[in-house]
Amino acid sequence: MSYHLETAENPEKLRRIAIDPVSRVEGHGKVTLLLDDQNKVHQVRLHIVEFRGFEKFIQGRPYWEVPVLVQRLCGICPVSHHLAASKALDAIVGARHLTPAAEKLRRLMHYGQMLQSHALHFFHLSSPDLLFGFDSDVTRRNIVGVAQEHPEIAKRGVLLRKFGQEVIRVTAGKRVHGTGSVPGGVNKSLTVAERDQLLKDIYHIVQWSRDAVHLIQQVHTQDPGLYNSFGIFRSNFMSLVGHGGDLDFYHGTLRARDDNGKILFDHVDYQDYQSYIEEEVRPWSYMKFPYIRAIGKEQGWYKVGPLARVQNCDQIATPFAEQERREFVDYAGGAPLHAPLAYHWTRMIEMLHAAEVIKDLLHDDDLLSDDLMAHGERALEGVGVIEAPRGTLFHHYRVDENDLITMANLIVSTTNNNQAMNEAVRHVARRYLHGREVTEGLLNHIEVAIRAFDPCLSCATHALGQMPLAVELRDPDGTLVHALRRSSEDR
Amino acid sequence: MSQTFTLDGQSIPFADGQTILQAATAAGVFIPHLCYHPEFKPHGSCKLCTVKVNGRHTASCTMRATPGMTVESNTEDINAERRSLVQMLFVEGNHFCPACEQSGNCKLQATAYQLGMMSPHFDHFFPSRALDASHPEVLLDFNRCILCSLCVRASRDVDGKNVFALSGRGIKTRLIVNAGSGRLADTNFSPADKAAGVCPVGVFLKKRRGFAVPIGERRYDKAPIDSIAEEI
Repeated sequence: MSYHLETAENPEKLRRIAIDPVSRVEGHGKVTLLLDDQNKVHQVRLHIVEFRGFEKFIQGRPYWEVPVLVQRLCGICPVSHHLAASKALDAIVGARHLTPAAEKLRRLMHYGQMLQSHALHFFHLSSPDLLFGFDSDVTRRNIVGVAQEHPEIAKRGVLLRKFGQEVIRVTAGKRVHGTGSVPGGVNKSLTVAERDQLLKDIYHIVQWSRDAVHLIQQVHTQDPGLYNSFGIFRSNFMSLVGHGGDLDFYHGTLRARDDNGKILFDHVDYQDYQSYIEEEVRPWSYMKFPYIRAIGKEQGWYKVGPLARVQNCDQIATPFAEQERREFVDYAGGAPLHAPLAYHWTRMIEMLHAAEVIKDLLHDDDLLSDDLMAHGERALEGVGVIEAPRGTLFHHYRVDENDLITMANLIVSTTNNNQAMNEAVRHVARRYLHGREVTEGLLNHIEVAIRAFDPCLSCATHALGQMPLAVELRDPDGTLVHALRRSSEDR
Repeated sequence: MSQTFTLDGQSIPFADGQTILQAATAAGVFIPHLCYHPEFKPHGSCKLCTVKVNGRHTASCTMRATPGMTVESNTEDINAERRSLVQMLFVEGNHFCPACEQSGNCKLQATAYQLGMMSPHFDHFFPSRALDASHPEVLLDFNRCILCSLCVRASRDVDGKNVFALSGRGIKTRLIVNAGSGRLADTNFSPADKAAGVCPVGVFLKKRRGFAVPIGERRYDKAPIDSIAEEI
């Protein structure tokens, strides 16, 4: 847990390689590396270079508009922002307890999103690396290549995502950027026809999700030398944990552990998150660096997302996913597994859990109820936290007496993983770049490390696992020595 | 109603005093419009209902029908002009449909769809317009005002309150609240006023309602604007 390789001592004497843009992370990202004459790595940084401004421009807008407005942050998991904002505004409209129907409908929407987002990431974006190899033939290392070599896997990926999108459509009104969740509840329930349509497919969705866990488990365990060490770093980890220590994506309290798995804090009401989490600004990135306040900036950073969640919870409430969680924990050998590539394995365990929860919810008649809204005593401030596909997501708002937003603070999942992704990229650069000429395969190793976290780097819908990258090698005078450029159009 | 005129080749009956738009609407023929409302005197300002009468442009909401006149409305040229007018309305204000609670219920948006508007085309003005959230029940979002003056006419002619007015000239024309403070809370406006319910866009918002109506049940989800019975 150090900032080794973050800042070189004498950068003016080093060559700079820029990977710009890496791809979209709520905007654009780039990786810069500084090398000496022997190609030794002295500095590696993952920069998020674009300023989004949502926290600023929603100020002055009416609060009820916010859940629909802020979801435009993202095109892959907008439901996360939709629901995190709704939860924060539940506190503001005094809806401390939603109606059973509203809570279950929101949960259904969210687990549908978790299913589709995880399926998209694993099958469309990552499976080409995992099935063909990180530096395999670049012309085949894409979803089309997967469809040609493994048509059944590719087909299931498409249909799993489609099912998740359908769950979102019937709960939110649209597959992307719907309006279903409102402060205090939801605006629609399911019709019998909508429920029955989903019930028709859910059983093979559960089975396909189980198969996906087994696929990545096999890939991982067949090459432990690579999968347990690639980009590895040790860190704290944090997530929401549900009632009784269950894995829960929609609601719970905050729990954090250190790199050995020891509890740092637990049962923390997220309305009080600022007592536990603080954000640091560094001059070279537009993305903040959150850390656990009690530990401090140097050692307090953490990782979030599937690898954190699956190892942070005590159990998973659905049987198939719990069985897979136990196998994963057994494989890890009683200590937290920190390997970034293990994100893929845990991500598929989560997808299986999402499918099982959807199946259970579809048998609950509360989904058909019209009792959708709760009200209570009005407040002027609220915090909403949810486990988005990529990790813990914080939305915090204040409103004035006239119902307008006066303050917004968003800590998105990718932000929580900022230091963690930097560490992974540094490890890969040390391990694979050292003394070598820049190649496409090297670029993809850096991509693979970033992609394991499923940041919004890889969430651009048109990227399809092929991040546009540009690498330029310049001598100390700034003269271009070697350049490689790859855009999604090139393939 | 034995008198008729011809609209796009179709014979349209009309009564004495009826405008082209009124007669066409009564006959079930849709002519796009935004500032026209059947309960108010025609205003003739948005120009969206422009037609060609005997080859000359005129606003169909103000032009009275006369026997034998030949009117062109649903032609490629006229619709292209209407589309440009709608595009100008979009760029003059701040119309962000994706986050607007009136989306699906908005006549401007529905008309843009009906006319096949695919982009704003013109450069956005991005005007800076503050909201008026002072009233406990109704919020005014001036970003979306298209200066149709329906709220002005409704407040003055139906509510008898004269709460609203258009102020300024030309491109600087804007909707204002008739109060020393300029705030809605300092007027005798009531949410039950006619003025609160005639806005064709999203200026007048009932507070805390937001997105209560789900997608699929909004006014123009069910049918496009040119086929909805109440519009006809």
